[in-house]
Amino acid sequence: MEFEAVIGMEVHVEINSRSKVFCACATDFHAPPNTNVCPICLGMPGTLPVLNVDMVDKSVAVGLALNCAISRWSKMDRKNYFYPDLAKNYQISQYDLPLCHGGWLDIEVDGAPRRIGITRAHMEEDTARNTHTLAGGQSGVDFNRCGLPLLEIVTEPDIRSAKEAHAYLTALKQILQYLGVSDCNMEEGSLRAEANISIRPTGQEAFGTKTEVKNVASFSGVFKAIDYEISRQAQVLRSGGKVIQETRGWDADRGVTFSQRLKESAHDYRYFPEPDLVPIVVDEAWEQRIRESLPELPIARKARVESQYGLSAYDAGVITMTRALADYYEAVAAAGADPKKAANWLTVELQALLTDSKQEITECRVAPAALAELVALIESGDISGKMAKDILGDMFITGKTARAIVAEKGLVQISDSGELAEIIRRVLAENPAQVEQYRAGKEKVLGFLVGQVMRATQGKANPQILNDLLRDELAP
Amino acid sequence: MTTPWHYKSAMEIRNAVRNRAVTATEITEHHLDRIAEVDGRVDAFTQIWRDEALAQAAAVDEKARQGRELGPLAGVPVGLKELLATRSGKTTCASKILENYRSPYDATVVRKLAAADAVFLGKVNMDEFAMGSSTERSTIKTTKNPWNLKCVPGGSSGGSAAAVTAGECAVSLGSDTGGSIRQPACLCGCVGIKPTYGRVSRYGLVAFASSLDQIGPLTRTVEDAALTLNTLCGRDPMDATSADLPVPDFTKALTGDIKGLRVGLPREYFTDALGAEMREKVEAAVDVLRRGGAEIVSVSFPHAQYAIAVYYIICTAEASANLARFDGVRYGFRHPAAKSVEEMYVLTKSEGFGPEVRRRILLGTYVLSSGYYDAYYLKAQKVRRLIKRDFDEAFEKCDVIAGPTSPIPSFEFGSKTDNPMEMYLADIYTISVNLATLPGISIPCGLTASGLPAGLQMMARPFDEETLLRAAHCHERMSGITLGPPPIA
Repeated sequence: MEFEAVIGMEVHVEINSRSKVFCACATDFHAPPNTNVCPICLGMPGTLPVLNVDMVDKSVAVGLALNCAISRWSKMDRKNYFYPDLAKNYQISQYDLPLCHGGWLDIEVDGAPRRIGITRAHMEEDTARNTHTLAGGQSGVDFNRCGLPLLEIVTEPDIRSAKEAHAYLTALKQILQYLGVSDCNMEEGSLRAEANISIRPTGQEAFGTKTEVKNVASFSGVFKAIDYEISRQAQVLRSGGKVIQETRGWDADRGVTFSQRLKESAHDYRYFPEPDLVPIVVDEAWEQRIRESLPELPIARKARVESQYGLSAYDAGVITMTRALADYYEAVAAAGADPKKAANWLTVELQALLTDSKQEITECRVAPAALAELVALIESGDISGKMAKDILGDMFITGKTARAIVAEKGLVQISDSGELAEIIRRVLAENPAQVEQYRAGKEKVLGFLVGQVMRATQGKANPQILNDLLRDELAP
Repeated sequence: MTTPWHYKSAMEIRNAVRNRAVTATEITEHHLDRIAEVDGRVDAFTQIWRDEALAQAAAVDEKARQGRELGPLAGVPVGLKELLATRSGKTTCASKILENYRSPYDATVVRKLAAADAVFLGKVNMDEFAMGSSTERSTIKTTKNPWNLKCVPGGSSGGSAAAVTAGECAVSLGSDTGGSIRQPACLCGCVGIKPTYGRVSRYGLVAFASSLDQIGPLTRTVEDAALTLNTLCGRDPMDATSADLPVPDFTKALTGDIKGLRVGLPREYFTDALGAEMREKVEAAVDVLRRGGAEIVSVSFPHAQYAIAVYYIICTAEASANLARFDGVRYGFRHPAAKSVEEMYVLTKSEGFGPEVRRRILLGTYVLSSGYYDAYYLKAQKVRRLIKRDFDEAFEKCDVIAGPTSPIPSFEFGSKTDNPMEMYLADIYTISVNLATLPGISIPCGLTASGLPAGLQMMARPFDEETLLRAAHCHERMSGITLGPPPIA
C-alpha cells in the first residue's frame, strides 16, 4: 500500500525584543543563570504582567508577512499546568483569539510552487529551563528564559513530505530574518520546530492518527525526524498495527524518534482569559503603520533583483537568501559595479572567504564600495582576474581598499605594448631553442613562453596584450 | 475631655504633625503604646514593626525640621493587610504556605503611602488568602471584634477593621474581592471603601481573584477615607488594569450638600434575608439622606439572586490559577517528606493551605475543566454581564444606590465556620459591586440592641467615588451617629 504523509508544523519563535514580554528584564541569551530575572518574571506573589508593545508590533509584522488577518481585538489567556520551570504554574498565552490567523506561505519544492496554509500565530511567554545534571543529583531552574517573548506559528496540515517541511522552515526563517524579529538560532532555542505527522493511504480523505515530534534542535533534525516517523508509521500500519497518538522526542545521535508522553495523559489546560491584562486592540491605523514599515520580503526582492540587475534566477536566489546579503549586493551595485560581475564576485569569491572564516556578511571587512572598486579595476584592465582574487583575499583580512593594495604592492597590470614588447624580446633571446620549436610548428611551446614572460613581470602582464605581442614577435 | 490621639482622625493627626503641634515620633509612640495596651485582647496586628515605624517617623520629623513640606498623610499611623507585599516584615497572607515569606519588593500602594509620609505600624490579620468573612480562617491568630470580644470582626479584612476601630491605627489598608473591606467595616463600625476596579493599582496585592480584587482604606471618618484615597488612586504602569484617569481631590467632594441627589433603593435588598434590626438601621440611615435633600427612588436588580453563584464560580476559577504558584519550589513552605516533584506539589499544597482555600482551589479547578467550562465559567461570565447591566440601568434613575452592607451584625466565633454556604451569605449585598466593578462604601449607621454596629452601604457609578464620598460624608454629618469608642477602650 502506498501512503501519503500529512504534516502540520508548529514553530516557536523567540522574538528579539530587548525586554521580556511581561516585564522589563533583559533577554540576553548568554547571561549567567538567574541574572535576568525580577519579581514579575519569577511570578512572585502580588506581581502583575504588563504586555510589551514591541512584542505586539513584531508579531503583527510576522502575521502580515505570512498573509494573515490581524485580530482587531484579541486577549491573553492562562494555560494552567504544573511544572517547576513555570514560575506561576500557568503560562500566559493566547487560546481562542490569536493575534494573527488565516494566512499562507508560498514555498518552492523541486522548482514547483506550493502554498502552505498558516492557521494562526499567537503570542505567549517562554518557560524557564530545567537542568537535571547538577552536582549531587540536584536539579536547577534557570529563569532567564522565563518570560521571553514567544510567537507560535501553526500551519494547516498542508505539508506532504520532509522536503516540503524543510522548504517551509527555510522560507519561514528567511522571512523572520528579513523582518528582523528573531535571530532564528535553533541551537540557542530561538527557533523551535515541532511536527505533527500522520500518514494515510494515498487517495484517502480522512487523516490518520498523528504523532507529535518535539525537541528537534536543527533543520536537518526536523527533516530526518519526519522521514523516520513516516517510515515508522508506514511500517506499523503495514504490519497490521495501529499508530498511537503520542508525543515523541528526536534522538539525534541514534537517528530515531522515541515515545515521550501518551496523549491520553495529556493535560486539561483549563484555559481562561488572563484577568491581569487588558484586551489587545490593534486598530486599522496600528496595522497600517506596521504594514508600511515592512521591508521588501524575500520573494518580491528576488524577483526585483533578478530583473533590475539582469541576473539569473539562481544568482538572484543566492543573493536574496538573507536580507543582509541582498543589502550588501545592492550597495555594491549602487557603487557603480557591473551588476552581473559584482554578483559573481559576491556569490563565488567573497562567499567562499566568508564560509572559510565562518563569518557573516555583516561582519565582513570588505565594504560594498570596496568590492565595487575591485570589480571596476578588473573591468578597466588595471588588474587581472587572477590578481583580483589575491587582492580580495588581502582586502578580506586587512580591510584595505583594492586600490590601496594595488598601489602598495605595485600590482598594476602592464598593458603598455612598448614595455611588454621589450620584455618579450629579452625572453625570446634567452630561449632560442623554444623559439625554434614554435617556428617549426610546435604550438604548445607558446604556453611556456607566456609563463616565462609572466615570471619576468611577476604576473603583471596583461594576458591579452601579451598573447598578441608574443605571436607578433614569433612570426617568422 | 479631649479625644486621645488614638481616636483622632487621620486628618487631625496629619494637620497636627504638619503644624508641628505634635511630632510623628510622638504619634507613633502613642499608637505603639496603644497596640501594647489593647492588642492582646483584639489580636488585630500580626506583626508590629516598632523599629521601622519609629525610623519612618523620625524621617518625617527630620523633614519637618528642615522646613520641607510634609506629605498629605504626615505621621498618620497605618496598618497593612497581610497580603500586601512589603519589603519590611513578612507577607504571609495569613497562610502556612507563606509563613516565612519575605517579599523582595513593596506594593505600589505601600510605596505611595510611604511617599505621603504615612508611618507603617505593622501588618494586620485576615482570612487566609482573603477567603472568608470572619477572619477565622487566619492561620496566625483570631482577631476579635472590639465591640464584643466574643464576636468576629468580619472578613477577610477583619484585622484592618478591628485595628482602626480599636484605635490601634488611624488608617488601615484592606482588600475587597466580594465585600472584604465593607463587610468588616460594617461589623466593626468603621468606614470602608472599595474603589472602582482599576482606581487603585493592584501591584503587590497577592491576588485572590484578579478581576474582582481591589485595595481600599478602612478609616474612622469619611473624610479620612477621601484623604487616603487621594494618595492611593491613580494609574500605575505596573498594573495593566489600572485606569488612566485623572484623580480628583476627593476631600473637596465633601461639600455637605446632597440636595437633589437621587438615591436608589434596590427592592431585592430589602427582603426577609435582611435581619429586622439591620433593616431598621438602614432605613433610618436612608431617612437621614432624605432629610438632607436627597430624592429616594426605587430600583430593581433582577439578576441579584444569581450574584453569589456567579461570584463563587469566577472567584474560585481565578483563585485556582492565582494560587498555583504556591508550590514549594521557590519560596514558602515546602513539605519535607516529598520524594518526587509531584509528591512535593501534593503534600505542600495539602498541608500548606487551609480547608477553605483548598475548597476554593478545587471548586475553581472544577469549573474551568474541559466539559464544565461552558456550563459554569462561561455562563457565569455572561450572568456577570447581566448583573452589571442591572446597575447600568439603575444608574439611569439614580446617582447612588443605598442598602445594607451585611444582612446581620457580627456573630459569635464558630457559629458559621461549619457551614460554608451560610458564611458565603454574609457577602450577599457586597458581591455584586465587585462583579460590576463599581465603587462601594460602608459607613456606620448605629448600634443594635446588643451593642453591635450596623452599616449602610452605598454604591456609585464607575469612577464616581466623589459622589459616593459626598453622600457618605453628608450622612455622617447629619445623622449625629457617633458610635464612639468601642467597649475595648
